Amino acid sequence: MATTFKAVNGKPTVAIHKFSSCDGCQLAFLNLGEPLLQLAELVELVHFPEAGPVAEEAQVDIAFVEGSISTQAEYARIRRVRENSRYLITIGACATSGGLQALRNHRDSADWLAGVYARPEYLDSLATATPIAEHVRVDLELWGCPINGQQVIAAVRSLLFGVTPVVNHDALCLDCKRNGNVCVMVTKGEPCMGPVTGTGCGALCPQMGRACYACYGPAENPNTASFSQRLQGLGLMPQQISDRFMFINNNAPGFTQAAKDVVGGGDD
Amino acid sequence: MSSGVGMTESRDVSIRVPVLARVEGEGALHIDVRQGRIEDLKFKIFEPPRLFEKFLEGRSVHELPDTVARICGICPVAYQMSAVHAIEQIFGCDPGSWVRRMRRLIYCGEWLESHALHVHLLALPDYFGCASVVELAKLQPEAARRGLRLQGIGNKLIRMLGGRSVHPVGVRIGGFYKAPDDAQVEVVLRDVRELIPQATDLVHWLAEINLAARAPAQSFTSVALRHADEYPLNEGRLVSDRGLDIAISEFDRHFVEHQVPHSTALHCLLHDEPYLVGPLARLNLNHDRLPASVLSQITGVPLALPSTNMFDSALARAVEMLFCLHEAESILCNYQRPDRPYVDYQVQPGVGYGCSEAPRGTLWHRYEVDADGRVLSARLVPPTSQNQARIEADLRTSLQDIGLDQADEVLRLHAETVVRNYDPCISCSTHFLDLRVRRD
Repeated sequence: MATTFKAVNGKPTVAIHKFSSCDGCQLAFLNLGEPLLQLAELVELVHFPEAGPVAEEAQVDIAFVEGSISTQAEYARIRRVRENSRYLITIGACATSGGLQALRNHRDSADWLAGVYARPEYLDSLATATPIAEHVRVDLELWGCPINGQQVIAAVRSLLFGVTPVVNHDALCLDCKRNGNVCVMVTKGEPCMGPVTGTGCGALCPQMGRACYACYGPAENPNTASFSQRLQGLGLMPQQISDRFMFINNNAPGFTQAAKDVVGGGDD
Repeated sequence: MSSGVGMTESRDVSIRVPVLARVEGEGALHIDVRQGRIEDLKFKIFEPPRLFEKFLEGRSVHELPDTVARICGICPVAYQMSAVHAIEQIFGCDPGSWVRRMRRLIYCGEWLESHALHVHLLALPDYFGCASVVELAKLQPEAARRGLRLQGIGNKLIRMLGGRSVHPVGVRIGGFYKAPDDAQVEVVLRDVRELIPQATDLVHWLAEINLAARAPAQSFTSVALRHADEYPLNEGRLVSDRGLDIAISEFDRHFVEHQVPHSTALHCLLHDEPYLVGPLARLNLNHDRLPASVLSQITGVPLALPSTNMFDSALARAVEMLFCLHEAESILCNYQRPDRPYVDYQVQPGVGYGCSEAPRGTLWHRYEVDADGRVLSARLVPPTSQNQARIEADLRTSLQDIGLDQADEVLRLHAETVVRNYDPCISCSTHFLDLRVRRD
């Protein structure tokens, strides 16, 4: 359902929509500093409530979507966003894999609501928190918890040049080696998720001397089975290994399955 | 939605604004006016609950700093700070003076980032009749750019200790994963020193704009942490200007959270009454703790403290930004790299409390942990849930003050300005804002 080019003031139009999230990925725009003012010269920000402009139903060229789908209202709204957007980009772990709050998908969330709220019947809350691609077609996924400014600027620049943005989803290890970091798994026996995690953050955790906790989601073709074995070799119990997968991107298919394989005895 | 000439106070009108802009998260406002009286007024929060308290259960305390950060993209450091203090209390762990100073430093970074973001990107456009900082930058280019630079230095301070400014990865129980090296410190210190005069200019510029002239003072209770000799960030007793003075572990005996049908954030009341947390409440209760370096730069600024004029909030944020830069300067110029940036600790079962001053106010945590270091239960009381009842009380007073016979558009804009002035952090509080004024 491609819409016609809706240039305003001769500029392509952009919307930033929020669903269930912490707002941290929108900060990739709001924390740009001076480049935020330059971005506003290149594109027309028609809907970006946190920054000011509100036009939820506007037709746009590029829609950035933050957050996962966790209520009936969100379920209906994402369909309208898709219809109104030429190119839809999910930003961050919540929109791309469901995020941390997708942990409820694996448990009885009605119990959870009752655990936090005395009157759960006041709430419009689905039993699951799900990624955008489960509901509508997504044109580009930007992984990360949070994404950073370079990711959004690179995507917008490519699109402005009429080029499909390319996202590198190699394992974090490759970047870590290029940065010359000392491997925290080899030297300190840390359960670093780098071998199965996509790059994009700049290998921040190993640079801090700590294990990566996979906030950028699964790398392309992660070999989770042998990775889990390696973690076992480091002395981690199955539950601890499962917790490593069932964290920020717990609902990413590769990670959910890897966690099941570990605690389920690993029948494949 | 025009309001005709000759309308009387008894007209019945309905206003709807489906999305309130320039707040963090999703909220709504619902106001019923009937025969010139506010019949019902609700600051609605329908940000979907993400149930953090529940999925923390059973997880290792070592994951806490990375997990609770995800509650809020704007104040992740605050969540990390309240959490590590609570857990260290359970473990009987004292991370020592270096860690203590670095925690103040990273927290100053977050206050700078969050306050500069709020003042310039969220609040100020209201006072200059524009919709966004992009428009503000055309009207007030210098002021807008100064704001972005102050936000930028906050982010730099967080990055220095945390690797990135949103969901930083440097904080752990017992301290930090890595100590910055001297070269990093030198660069950041130079930037901090460059920005001190700009923060001073911001204070004086905001005082000239005189936002407080927009509304009369109101009566409310201020609540904040108070420390024996410092402006409060991570530690202190919970105090109010009406006699409250308690240890953070006594929170539950005085503060009670209620669920209301129109909000996914629980309303928190102190002795059944609304109260204020955040920059103005903090400054009201702690202005005598500002260092001389800050006080000397704000002499002559017409800010009588304590102030019960909510529109002094922007000025309070600016004073706190100036404080943060001075605090950062003093920590950075005495910086010494330690042998190890954290201390060891022994995992122990127990109950612990953490309470720190998030940019938007007091952030209280309570955790119960088992002998294996797994979280048994978690309770988090964020600033916005505490301010909700105060925001509703303020709206009632403010709308009546400007007169309910005002045009719908005037009422709507004023109501939005009042709400934004609190810098509500809605994602944080739940667990969106559409304004509905129904007059029937």
